[in-house]
Amino acid sequence: MALLEVKNLGISFGGLRAVDDFNITIEKGCLYGLIGPNGAGKTTVFNMLTGVYLPTDGSILLDGTNLVGKNPAQICQSGVARTFQNIRLFGKMTVLDNVKVALHNEYNYSLASGLLHLGKYKKTEAAMDQRALEILDVFGMKEYAGLLASNLPYGEQRKLEIARALATNPKLLLLDEPAAGMNPNETAELMDTIRFIRNKFEITILLIEHDMKLVTGICEKLTVLNFGTELTTGTPEVVLNDPEVITAYLGE
Amino acid sequence: MKNKQIDKQLIKNLAIIVIVFAAIEFLLYGDLLTRQFRSLLIPVCINVILAVSLNLTTGFLGELTLGHAGFMSVGAYTGALVTMNLNLPMIIEFPIALIAGGLVASLFGVIIGVPVLRLRGDYLAIVTLAFGEIIKSIINSLKITNGAMGLSNIELHGNYKNFGYVFFLTVITIFAIKNMVNSRQGRAVCSIRDNYIAAEAVGINVSKFKVMAFVVAAFFAGIAGVIYGHNVGTLKPTTFDYNKSIEILVIVVLGGMGSIKGSVIAAIILTILPEMLRSADEFRMFLYAVVLIAMMIFNSSQIKQRILSSDIFLKLKKTKKEA
Ligand SMILES: Nc1ncnc2c1ncn2[C@@H]1O[C@H](COP(=O)(O)OP(=O)(O)OP(=O)(O)O)[C@@H](O)[C@H]1O
Ligand SMILES: [Mg+2]
Repeated sequence: MALLEVKNLGISFGGLRAVDDFNITIEKGCLYGLIGPNGAGKTTVFNMLTGVYLPTDGSILLDGTNLVGKNPAQICQSGVARTFQNIRLFGKMTVLDNVKVALHNEYNYSLASGLLHLGKYKKTEAAMDQRALEILDVFGMKEYAGLLASNLPYGEQRKLEIARALATNPKLLLLDEPAAGMNPNETAELMDTIRFIRNKFEITILLIEHDMKLVTGICEKLTVLNFGTELTTGTPEVVLNDPEVITAYLGE
Repeated sequence: MKNKQIDKQLIKNLAIIVIVFAAIEFLLYGDLLTRQFRSLLIPVCINVILAVSLNLTTGFLGELTLGHAGFMSVGAYTGALVTMNLNLPMIIEFPIALIAGGLVASLFGVIIGVPVLRLRGDYLAIVTLAFGEIIKSIINSLKITNGAMGLSNIELHGNYKNFGYVFFLTVITIFAIKNMVNSRQGRAVCSIRDNYIAAEAVGINVSKFKVMAFVVAAFFAGIAGVIYGHNVGTLKPTTFDYNKSIEILVIVVLGGMGSIKGSVIAAIILTILPEMLRSADEFRMFLYAVVLIAMMIFNSSQIKQRILSSDIFLKLKKTKKEA
């Protein structure tokens, strides 16, 4: 069985049909790309997958369980984590705390422990620190742990969003334009990191990206979205040489 | 390494607390305080508790609320009714009153939590303002609270003679809120303030932690109310109107949103200041307002930053440390 099975997904905003009859099947462990022109509905698909928007039609199955109707926090706990196209960090919190917020559900102690710093508090916090630093280390961000997230350079903020998403221990990771605003060097490094985390954390990744070098470099399968509908699906070689895709999206 | 640093900080804080406490007790026992100052000790503690707890909802959760005095009044009346109806020694009935006052206030924290989940910003500020006024009018019309006449002859368990007790409660409150902020619950609360969409996306139950922040803040405001009633000996519904809520909010804003230390310092200054200005008579409120504006400007200006980071200040700090 595939990890994610989306069938006939659609959503309308008033009169605007932003996404219509969208289907996608992602096998476990796959690195999957969702591409398409501006305004095609890619971010809207992510918002439906993560419960930010309630789809008007269709079904979303993760490992066979239905996600439609669950709220974002519940969907996160079922194993879907994401990053945002317009970065959404906890700006007034430290880099370390940004990751620790995402460890919230995995490491538990009571409010009484929290208020008194007794009981499981010390041990659990130490374990959280260690885990958070481990994750930051994957992104080479350990030395930033004590900085405020809003003081990070742009590229590092994007990486912190991925680190934070990973900390929720997802099965499926959704990345919305992870390379946006990065220079070619940073992008190349990011490609390695994405591949690395897929293998190390044994997760499945669906990413939205406009940078074709990144898409062709790491994606094993692509779906092209255009005006809210699926244009085509297949391996990168097939999809990117499709004349329809070239006219709708790639140009030239 | 980090743990050691925290412990060092803790020892330093405890040392400050012990010194402050010893100094005040010395002044009290030596009868060295004027009556005016002596009468300020408990109100300072009450305002510290109120400000620190309001900071949880306003500074850390980031919701502007104007109903904190409502929680205080619920606690005050509950506590007073407990000690007036129990005829037990203070050592037993006062803790019961404190806990009862805190718990009933936090129950109201749950009630106000409901609109909190639906409203934000200015809307929430107005709803909480109305909430405080509703509590006031309920207390005004109930028989058990003796309506507009209020309660009197409340035993003075919380006056300056029991300063040690009240001081201890104040310290507990400061530590509890500080601890909470540095716990997984507090991080969840702060993450909602910074970006609630991202908080949801990493699995934080936003509703739960918003209500939790209100419940904890209301609990301590309730305790402050219990102390208030047992310091003054009388309670009237009008004591806890929106003026009181705004007074607490001013302390929090002045001390810095999300700064517990700032709340404590601002609470001390803004409680003592009006009394100091008493001699100025009719200019009192005018001077109070001027000082307030001056402090606000100072606080938000670069001057403060420059003073704090200037060579002289750093040297002073260093020599103080070496001494
Ligand atoms: N909440 C909303 N209300 C109304 N319209 C919306 C809403 N969210 C998205 N849309 C519309 O849906 C369409 C798809 O937007 P979406 O953000 O998903 O595009 P995208 O493919 O992510 O584009 P880009 O590459 O620029 O990020 C747009 O026309 C957008 O205006
Ligand atoms: Mg988008």
